[in-house]
Amino acid sequence: MTMKMAMDTGADALLPGLGDPVIDSQRVFRAVLDAMARPGTLHELPQAVAGSVGAPAPFEAATAAVVLALADQETPVWLDPSADCAAVRQHLRFHCGCPLTGNAAAAVFAVVADPGAMPPLSAFDQGSDEFPDRSTTVIVQVPALTGGAPLELAGPGIRDRVRFAPGGLPAGFRRWVADNHAGFPRGVDLILTSGARLAALPRSTRLEG
Amino acid sequence: MYVAVKGGEKAIDNAHRLMAEERRGDPAVPELGLDQIAEQLGLAVDRVMTEGSVHDRELAALAVKQAQGDLVEAVFLLRAYRTTLPRFGGSEPIDTAAMAIRRRISSAFKDLPGGQVLGPTYDYTHRLLDFTLAAEGTPEPAALAEQPVEAQMPRVADVLGHEGLIERSVEADGPANATAEEPPGDLTRQPLSFPAGRDLRLQNLARGDEGFLLALAYSSQRGYGNTHPFAGEIRMGDVTVEFAPEELGFAVEIGTITVTECQMINQFKGSKDVPPQFTRGYGLTFGQSERKAMAMALVDRSLRAGELGEDAVNPVQDEEFVLAHSDNVEASGFVQHLKLPHYVDFQSELELIRRLRAATPTADRETAE
Amino acid sequence: MTSAPGYNFAYLDEQTKRMIRRAILKAVAIPGYQVPFGSREMPLPYGWGTGGIQVTAAVIGPEDRLKVIDQGADDTTNAVSIRRFFARTAGVATTERTAAATVIQTRHRIPETPLSEGQILVYQVPIPEPLRWLEPRETETRKMHALADYGAMHVKLYEDIARFGRIATTYDYPVLVNGRYLMRPSPIPKFDNPKMNMNPALQLFGAGREKRIYAVPPYTPVKSLDFEDHPFEIQSWDQACALCGGTDSFLDEVVTDDRGGRIYVCSDTHHCATRRDAVQEAAE
Repeated sequence: MTMKMAMDTGADALLPGLGDPVIDSQRVFRAVLDAMARPGTLHELPQAVAGSVGAPAPFEAATAAVVLALADQETPVWLDPSADCAAVRQHLRFHCGCPLTGNAAAAVFAVVADPGAMPPLSAFDQGSDEFPDRSTTVIVQVPALTGGAPLELAGPGIRDRVRFAPGGLPAGFRRWVADNHAGFPRGVDLILTSGARLAALPRSTRLEG
Repeated sequence: MYVAVKGGEKAIDNAHRLMAEERRGDPAVPELGLDQIAEQLGLAVDRVMTEGSVHDRELAALAVKQAQGDLVEAVFLLRAYRTTLPRFGGSEPIDTAAMAIRRRISSAFKDLPGGQVLGPTYDYTHRLLDFTLAAEGTPEPAALAEQPVEAQMPRVADVLGHEGLIERSVEADGPANATAEEPPGDLTRQPLSFPAGRDLRLQNLARGDEGFLLALAYSSQRGYGNTHPFAGEIRMGDVTVEFAPEELGFAVEIGTITVTECQMINQFKGSKDVPPQFTRGYGLTFGQSERKAMAMALVDRSLRAGELGEDAVNPVQDEEFVLAHSDNVEASGFVQHLKLPHYVDFQSELELIRRLRAATPTADRETAE
Repeated sequence: MTSAPGYNFAYLDEQTKRMIRRAILKAVAIPGYQVPFGSREMPLPYGWGTGGIQVTAAVIGPEDRLKVIDQGADDTTNAVSIRRFFARTAGVATTERTAAATVIQTRHRIPETPLSEGQILVYQVPIPEPLRWLEPRETETRKMHALADYGAMHVKLYEDIARFGRIATTYDYPVLVNGRYLMRPSPIPKFDNPKMNMNPALQLFGAGREKRIYAVPPYTPVKSLDFEDHPFEIQSWDQACALCGGTDSFLDEVVTDDRGGRIYVCSDTHHCATRRDAVQEAAE
């Protein structure tokens, strides 16, 4: 199967995946886990991963690494229009074998590379009251994880409060995050990436102020 | 002074060595070969393959040997090995209508196309200990049939199906409102949730403990949820397994396996939507595991009580009860985990009981007397 | 880093690890909710820590340092067996020092030494469902969680008070996580329950046979159920540890003879040893 894909795509230069798929996946996962466990805090991909992972445009290193570490045949992935290009599709199909879906509400992972034009969080799978885990994890690649409109975060994973100011997000973003939390236990979980860094905003996080 | 117990590591190593010695037994007695187990304890191997969910006679024989003949332990060994195997995909459905028959009986019809084929069975042996086996006697050769088994051997349920007397099989027609393309679920990849579809139920039962299914099936025959069963057909023989690799685009034969299939035919008086007809219960196992296949078919049919609008009040009709407790690897592990230390919990209970007794002096005296 | 020949790093194949990792992330995002996962058969029996082992295998990396305890002790047979499993299949460094460990797998105890940020505590869980003894059906308990309908548990605890004058649950004492999900803390003594509350470490729970993973993120409120007139309280002992003299840790009772002789020793072996060393140092 791998051979067939390699032949199909052989004409174009295929970018590498994770340098050491076993160990790098573990390292990327730990960065994401740490981010999810401490919402709003910034986490850096290990140097070895950031330096070796192939990132087809418009993906940056952290976006590519997170998808490769977590997605596979069992997880339909939705790409926003800016990411839905031949290079990205080919990269994900080859390295993750994940099915791509055009239906945001059916995606296990969604990747947004153009946050300014992103759909509202309610467009994704919210899970159900019985199975709230069956909801989309939305990966949003932003121009910067600092310097944007500040959000005051509180909730599990946060001792007192955390200030988080990702940039490049649409005006309605703050509202979407508040609504997403209000629907708890249903809701989506966000992983924000930029360059080789990432942070997370799980549904359990509430906005203060 | 008191010194806490230490040396767990050394004790474990020594326990393992002792167990290996016990397994081998008297070294003056020749060691069992895997071929001997596969050939001469074939039914044990079949059971281990079925409940272990791996068709590999040699590995199953190794598991039986390593477990000193403890079949539940052998199933566990095979399952743990299965976890580490890469998955290439799912095979095409096997076609039991095209089986190379070695045994085929029906208790519903006296004769039918292809006839009754008794084949290898203990059914009519008189259960007398055979002392010639103890003396390593050679069995009398079985006479060859005067004519070969007929190639056309339609399944009994299909025969009834032509007349519309039995419900149509989901396998043949596909469920009414599901796309035929939807692949069957796999409970070894996604945990079971309830209600489970019939695909997952059958997978669960096929992996389920034979003793557990046997007892449940038996209970249904004794009034705890009667299903009015007839052994429509039991067939055992060889079927080919085909696999369609994605890069090839068509199916190729990758081997032949022996399976036992049981189709139970059950009376059904009909409901407001469905006319009176026979219904089905289905059992399938690797190798020759007839008791298991029959028990499975009875339990499968019993678990359809809800779907067929029957009262579901007995254990065998309770999907959650049956499917959650059928797996002997899970059951064996959890029952036996009580051997692990529970000092902390017990200490907590001890403290509570003492406190409660101190608070109720009368009860204290009564139990003391 | 060496791992056992023929097997992947930390035993599990990569697809299985990804599946478990996805479940862990959802568990962290929904504190206290039990995420179903495709638990695999492990080479250790169900009921002997397969859930904890799968969680640890999905989390652990070559940079980690692993501590494994059972009943608080590093040297009980099952702890030894699990520690060895990871030393063999993942080649990771192991330790008995609580503060030095990055990942701690535990059965039935939370270490006495306070945990810190960045540490991960992995619990082995036999029965994850806190409502299971009250309602055996998964379909029903799932609805109760969806509606946060936990009245049955309060009734049960109140019946204890009516009958015994106190809540007669001493371990696996139910807790409410972040004010929403009722959670079983695994069979830790209620003595350990307060340690779960606002703990700086990440707490992950794995139930292999029951195929569930759940989590308590760092700094998350975890409240043991109680009543205003019967507040939650933990066990206490009149005795001190016979080895280190400590009076603030969970003590195991040891039978010393058949004439009623008893001594009490710390259940947390590393904590006890550390204190004995400190006492000795001070004396020298």
